[in-house]
Amino acid sequence: MSTFKPRDWGSHAPYIAPGYKSTLLRGPTKAPLAIKSGLTEGTGPRFAPASVRELDFDLTKNGVVNGEPLGERIVVHGRVMDTDGRPQPNILVEVWQANAAGRYVHKVDQHDAPLDPNFRGSGRCFTDDQGNYKFYTIKPGAYPWGNHFNAWRPNHIHLSLFGPGFATRLVTQMYFPGDPLLDLDPIFLGTEDAAARERLIAKFSIDRTEEGFALGYQFDIVLRGRNGTPMEN
Amino acid sequence: MAYGETPSQTVGPYFAYGLTAGQYAYDFTDIADPTVAGPDAKGEHIRITGTVFDGDGNPVNDAMIEIWQADADGNYNEKPIDVSETGFRGLGRCGTGTDAKLRFWFDTVKPGVVADAEAPFVNVIVFMRGMLVHAFTRFYFDDEADLNAKDPVLQSVPADRRDTLIAKRVETPTGIEYRIDIHMQGDAETVFFDV
Repeated sequence: MSTFKPRDWGSHAPYIAPGYKSTLLRGPTKAPLAIKSGLTEGTGPRFAPASVRELDFDLTKNGVVNGEPLGERIVVHGRVMDTDGRPQPNILVEVWQANAAGRYVHKVDQHDAPLDPNFRGSGRCFTDDQGNYKFYTIKPGAYPWGNHFNAWRPNHIHLSLFGPGFATRLVTQMYFPGDPLLDLDPIFLGTEDAAARERLIAKFSIDRTEEGFALGYQFDIVLRGRNGTPMEN
Repeated sequence: MAYGETPSQTVGPYFAYGLTAGQYAYDFTDIADPTVAGPDAKGEHIRITGTVFDGDGNPVNDAMIEIWQADADGNYNEKPIDVSETGFRGLGRCGTGTDAKLRFWFDTVKPGVVADAEAPFVNVIVFMRGMLVHAFTRFYFDDEADLNAKDPVLQSVPADRRDTLIAKRVETPTGIEYRIDIHMQGDAETVFFDV
């Protein structure tokens, strides 16, 4: 058990971000009360190897019914580390996203774009001993939403991580470089610090690109560090 | 600090087929569900249930609640969790969109007191569309008034807001329930913690 450094609130959005209308009635209005972190925050769930099945890391295959999913095949590599640069091994990473047409499998999504019978859009993987993860998927499409007139979400993939403790829990979204919708998106812009926002954008990587198969992107994820002496590197 | 934290982003409205697939009947496996303790877990078996309300007092139908708690002896589970286990897992996850009254529920055992606390409680994280950062809270138990009065975290909460953290024990035909609602805003706004 170890304790974690306080959350760096400057790297995160405020609970009430007026441009993103749903925050107005759903974000807490009172500042969270700081408590001394202890056993409760320092511990957290770990997951059995069986939690990730053979095809769970490959969204181009794990929803196949009768053929290949449509769209641009990509491979996302990343390293999960803490703010001191320590790699985070054996961390469960859950992912979900829209299909290439910008449509979610979720029953509530009524966007007038086609479902893909061969793409569910959810999966998961573990980080390895060095904190590295990888999953294959289809580049998700943009889609409209009701926040304001002509509002469109940029292409994005949702990621959920437990990290080493309950306190390090993170749910985030990975965006794509060069997307013109980023500067118009109140969810992306909810994070007020421009340097922090940049950390939400994956980097295209020709080195990660698999010849004749899939474009490569790199998306590193940084969780809160532990109290104590930073690791020499 | 060598690296900046990755910003949190909202879970959005469409998490169910990725994070709570079994509960919402999607064709995918789960790593957590509303069962925190299976039938073989030691301790008093209870259900914790409640509703999440927005600032207009309307129930939220697309929140996801996670809880992490100690077992009946006050120990956190250090074993890797497998949802096929019938014993104590310690982790629960429930969306608010499948119950007819839009409640969350967890089938668990009442936790024991952990070594660095004075009263039993459950750790809670609230996620939903409209929250760019998840929020941490706790559920304490109303039949533990003496221990609650000694718990340093609970006592650090202003007295007039402490009730927002205390679940009420109800005996029902199907067993013991503890009921607690989560209010995102308003006079009864739940106390959230910066952990």
